[in-house]
Amino acid sequence: MATNLPRTDVVVIGLGAVGGVAVLPLVSAGLNVIGLEAGGWMSTRDFAPDEIRNNIRDWPQAVPKAKSEIPTSRANINFEAVQGGGHPMMNGVGGTSLHYWAQSWRLNPWDFKTVSETTNRYGAHRIPTDSTVEDWPISYDDLEPFYDRVEYALGVSGYAGNVNGTLQPNGSQFEGPRSRPYPMPGLRSSGFTDMMSEAARQLGWNPFQGPAAINTEIYGNRPGCFYHGFCDRGGCHAAAKSSTAVTTIPEAMKSGLLKVVTHARVLKIVNDADGRVTGVEYLSGNQVMFQPAAAVLLASHTYENTRLLLLSKSREFPDGLANNSGQVGQHYLSHHQGAPVLALFPKDLNNWYGLPAQGVAIDEWADDNFDHSDLDFIGGGNLWAHTDRKPISAAKMSTFDLVPTWGAKWKAFISENADRTNTSYIQKTTLPYRGNYLDLDPQVKDKLGFPVIRITAELRDNEKRIAAFTQEKMEAWYRAAGATQIVRTGLGTAMGPSTHAYGGTRMGDDASTNVTDRFGFAHEAPNLGVLGASVMGTSGARNPTLTAQALAWRTAEHLAANWDTITR
Amino acid sequence: MNNKNKNPEHAVGSEGELVLSRRNLLKGVGLSGAALMTAGSGSIIAQTSEPVASPARIRVMEAFETLTAAESAALDAFASRILPSDDGTPGAHEARAVHFIDRGLTGAMAASREQYAVGLAALDEHAMQVGGSAFYQLSASEQDAIVEAMTLSAIPAFPMLNAGFFNLVRTHTIEGTFSDPYYGGNRDFVGWDLIGYPGVRVMSTPDEIIQGRDLAPSRQSAYDMPTHTKDPVVAPAGGVSHGH
Repeated sequence: MATNLPRTDVVVIGLGAVGGVAVLPLVSAGLNVIGLEAGGWMSTRDFAPDEIRNNIRDWPQAVPKAKSEIPTSRANINFEAVQGGGHPMMNGVGGTSLHYWAQSWRLNPWDFKTVSETTNRYGAHRIPTDSTVEDWPISYDDLEPFYDRVEYALGVSGYAGNVNGTLQPNGSQFEGPRSRPYPMPGLRSSGFTDMMSEAARQLGWNPFQGPAAINTEIYGNRPGCFYHGFCDRGGCHAAAKSSTAVTTIPEAMKSGLLKVVTHARVLKIVNDADGRVTGVEYLSGNQVMFQPAAAVLLASHTYENTRLLLLSKSREFPDGLANNSGQVGQHYLSHHQGAPVLALFPKDLNNWYGLPAQGVAIDEWADDNFDHSDLDFIGGGNLWAHTDRKPISAAKMSTFDLVPTWGAKWKAFISENADRTNTSYIQKTTLPYRGNYLDLDPQVKDKLGFPVIRITAELRDNEKRIAAFTQEKMEAWYRAAGATQIVRTGLGTAMGPSTHAYGGTRMGDDASTNVTDRFGFAHEAPNLGVLGASVMGTSGARNPTLTAQALAWRTAEHLAANWDTITR
Repeated sequence: MNNKNKNPEHAVGSEGELVLSRRNLLKGVGLSGAALMTAGSGSIIAQTSEPVASPARIRVMEAFETLTAAESAALDAFASRILPSDDGTPGAHEARAVHFIDRGLTGAMAASREQYAVGLAALDEHAMQVGGSAFYQLSASEQDAIVEAMTLSAIPAFPMLNAGFFNLVRTHTIEGTFSDPYYGGNRDFVGWDLIGYPGVRVMSTPDEIIQGRDLAPSRQSAYDMPTHTKDPVVAPAGGVSHGH
């Protein structure tokens, strides 16, 4: 029998990138908040420059909870879903924001209105017929104030491209208007990024350094980036990376209104006969606890948000909480961020101490920034050339079919070329489709005996055509910079477990095709809010975290401002 | 990570293993005709005119945690063909990649232990059939021929000796050669030197970065940095400095 705890105002499930942001506006409004986190606290001393630990053995991600519930995956229903690899997300206060690349983009205005914009410009027939894409219920302008709040609360560095409609030379010429510049300048350039920028200008493109939730100067009593080269999948040893663990969570704790409960594994969200949620059941050690609350914000990642709803069955919701519509798990997509282009240059690039977020971007071929009239796809990709190299991955470099993969010739090859390669990162518009979805795996269970999530999803023609198109642009860019060898990788197939996972609790006004409303509250359970990329219906061509955080802030503010109505 | 004991004859390394001296090496049986390196220093020490089969003769006496004597000999010879030292510069052997693998197989890489047991036994058995001796005792060219056949999965009598097993050993050999020395490989930073990586550091200035492979190597493990040990934090005032 569960131990009943004293009632609180709001329970937040998961103190990661989004839950860790939402707690701040909640306590600012004077609400009492309990944050349930499956992991524990980590410190800067835990984040060593250690490629084996961070990148090969997946620590700190490889903690027991996430590791025991790795989703199974299959391309479509003709296959059996299999579990493989690691879990893309982690548990811990700060969650995956501890060790992510920290690229902090705003989506393009087009990403919010893909259906209407495409219809207006090219005709409705250009929307892929098997896609379930809808316009978002809100626009870029609706979200702009919340992007702004998050950029300043966390500390995001970068160069604005459009301030109140005035274009700025150092930023993206295609971004939506922002109300003010970033709180601090972007990460510094390097010899390599300068070389790539120069090549882009030769092609007539506008290169710019992308934004990152990484300090570049002292901000919030934290130092600027140390550029030591172990940012990728590593937490920051200097606390320069603006994870929620060192920004909004400690800030919210100062109020005395946020109680952080670590090593709390949520089992179920409980509801009453009216379909309203009453609290959360969680496991602490071997003890089952029940935390009653006036409102619940579900703030895990896309897979766990969906799983917890599907596992929270009741008389009122026999198919899972807020799922009488059957929409929980639908409109799933994982970002098409694969299909890179590899380049080999005839000189050292001096990239040993770079980081993934230290890069230069091209937006000319992203979103609807170019004319698609004569093309066979909509959307596009953001081209990203970045500095990130560590010794093991450097030695595992492609041989570009110039030498064998072992022996004396290979040794001589990597000795000469380990610092001469670059792998692009191209994030592509990805849409939801019929037949791509999440549900509970019929066989595979976690350690407690609960089914894990099953992914059934594959990339479709639109995504693969973007991949082919952007690879051609990327190759041209590398060639202009002097690359002598190029490898284009395959265009992509299944949508396996990913850090960039979207949908499952999509946000929209139509309750028959969406789980959550325009503010992120469940249509069927009005005091249950959902935070994270699971509410997003399109991916855009850039990293999701900042958008998910802005949406989380907006949901939290909406809850505080409409407290009496929402909690009754 | 340090060469604490530089006794020229007979030194005990930091992990208690016996590091053979140059003279003992030269006196040893079956020395390679190619240049040799001590396991401890990575420096080129000698050319010898004695014709020998393979540099895998440089045996360092020390305990393996899980690999048997035969397994470690086969694996060291195998890893030495993937990343050889015939050219006179350190390879997988000098980096002690096998020690990295051995230690890994007792922990994070334990899922591969059985594959190593079966694969290395098959490797020796196959070597015995085609060359009349254990794999590590074959000549370098005989070893290369077997490795080449493995990459093509062309040893049907031994299905274990396929590209999958080759890739597993190759991956772990790379990890053992280029990882932080904390894990038992990359001895004396020979792996990082090979690819021109100037080593881990707390921070990097633009002036340092622009030097690329010419930057003076840091010669430290991540865990040589006091910021990354997990020793208890010592109170700054009045406390005795906590050596690491």
